[in-house]
Amino acid sequence: MGEKRFMKGNEAIAEAAVRGGCRFFAGYPITPQNEIPEYLSWRLPEVGGVYVQGESEVASVNMVYGAAAMGTRSMTSSSGPGISLKAEGISYLAAAMLPALIVNISRGGPGLGSIQPAQSDYLQATKALGHGGFHCMVFAPNSAQEAVDIVYDAWEYAERDRNPVLVLMDGCLGNIMEEVELPPMKERTDADIPEWSLSRRNGRDYQGNITPIYTEPILEGINMMAGEMYKQWEEDDVKVEEFMTEDAEYIVVAYGIASRVSKEAVLTLREKGVKIGLIRPITLFPFPKASLRDLDYSRVKGIIDVEMTIPAQMREDIELQVMGRCPVYEYGRSGGCLLDDDGVLEAIEEIIAGGNDE
Amino acid sequence: MTEYSRASLLADAPSGYCPGCLHSLATKLIAEVIDDLGQQDNSLNVISVGCSALNILYWGGDFLSVAHGRAPAAATGIKRTNPERLVFAYQGDGDLAAIGLAEIMSAANRGENFTVIFANNQTYGMTGGQMAPTTLIGQKTTTTVYGRDPATTGYPLKMCELISTLEAPRYVARFALNSPKGVNDARKGIKKAFEIQLAGKGFTFVELLTNCPTNWKLSPLDTLEYMNTNTIPYFRPGVYKDTEADAE
Repeated sequence: MGEKRFMKGNEAIAEAAVRGGCRFFAGYPITPQNEIPEYLSWRLPEVGGVYVQGESEVASVNMVYGAAAMGTRSMTSSSGPGISLKAEGISYLAAAMLPALIVNISRGGPGLGSIQPAQSDYLQATKALGHGGFHCMVFAPNSAQEAVDIVYDAWEYAERDRNPVLVLMDGCLGNIMEEVELPPMKERTDADIPEWSLSRRNGRDYQGNITPIYTEPILEGINMMAGEMYKQWEEDDVKVEEFMTEDAEYIVVAYGIASRVSKEAVLTLREKGVKIGLIRPITLFPFPKASLRDLDYSRVKGIIDVEMTIPAQMREDIELQVMGRCPVYEYGRSGGCLLDDDGVLEAIEEIIAGGNDE
Repeated sequence: MTEYSRASLLADAPSGYCPGCLHSLATKLIAEVIDDLGQQDNSLNVISVGCSALNILYWGGDFLSVAHGRAPAAATGIKRTNPERLVFAYQGDGDLAAIGLAEIMSAANRGENFTVIFANNQTYGMTGGQMAPTTLIGQKTTTTVYGRDPATTGYPLKMCELISTLEAPRYVARFALNSPKGVNDARKGIKKAFEIQLAGKGFTFVELLTNCPTNWKLSPLDTLEYMNTNTIPYFRPGVYKDTEADAE
């Protein structure tokens, strides 16, 4: 039985990271994620870890690069504009095959956008977190508890793959207060320091190096290995929630905060006799392709993509699986305007009534 | 009888630096000091971007190759989590004084307990000789074909002078590698910086004035004379800060 606490999403992430073995954090202030660095600034030293407030997002992610190379479980967090600045470092982490956790508590965009919550970074998260054509596993929890569970095990994936992992939440989930059950501290010793790292605490007695620079044809081989890894993720690591989809004629697809509002709408519509369900990607990359590809399209009349961003960003990923077998609709709010129960319900009802044909 | 041999952390490979380039000498000095201090297994070289990145081919010790300008940030992550290691970054002038200006000044200001060795040859060597933040007034480069004009490009940045204004750094010094005396002094300066770091005392910064025969379009010998008449009068060698000496 874990330890129950009432925590903000951001703080829950920070505590889960510590319990998951994180011992290095570097970051830079940006709303709406500030509770993560604030919490870790006092919490990490309590467990022998290190907190550094970087001079920039760029510096912070490169501090993580250095710490990760030593085999220390390391993370940084930010929000949209800051993640753009970290893009260089995330690309280098992927190139040097270094595990790390990146957290994006997203807000309105583009540009400085707004400091209010929005799901405006789906495309950045899933298609190009930096230059050079690489991917990270992208997790999109929809509650503080799910964020805790995902962050707690984030380094298991990151170290397995020697690749950074991204957790994408929006400002709502980062700032919502919920009950969470915290898992126990993962106790780690020098023997757990990965052999590939530059640490010598694990007993390594030969010279080692880590580099993001490769020459041909080695780089091509590295690219091919990454390609195989992404395919393997699709086999092994897809996480998705399918809710009331068995007999559904309409399917809402939504992740994160949008999935919570959408689930309310689904329940209300079910009470009204509408056969509707919800597919909630928990991993945005790998995307739960099969959940959409294998639907019975002789029954399904429409897919409704609900996101807290305009225009919808997940739509192309959905359409690639629907393959024209039914219409795909979208509804969203953006720019810091939040999705609400009534708005989503009315939008879905209008779509079903044919008021939003595309 | 004195025995002369290759420093133990220099890979057994011919240098690919251009003939007469002082990068090889700078790398050798660092490796020799590490031998002197018995830090072969404990040292960690943070290799930056530019011609300095070629050290991934010549450095036989532990190293981490990092992004352009970010070596002081990466070194922060390394040293904070592994304070027992001898950590140094080797950066050129474009890397350190332009794209990495925030990282070097901030790491120095935090008093990070590692050493930055700064090779200043007043040009971007790897990319073909563009203007660097340290390019001298009037110096011709591929992006200042009529010579550097301060009206539009400002003045060469003096990093030792800048860093020595900060409270935290413990040792800040500049040496010119174009004379035997300069080389000997540089070797002593690097050793002093490493000793301060190993004693856990804080940030140390050693600037080495180097050359670029290829992009200066001078013979190796002529670059040494050019340094006497042009570089050294502007970038004055010397110890800019030494809190050890001040305490004595």
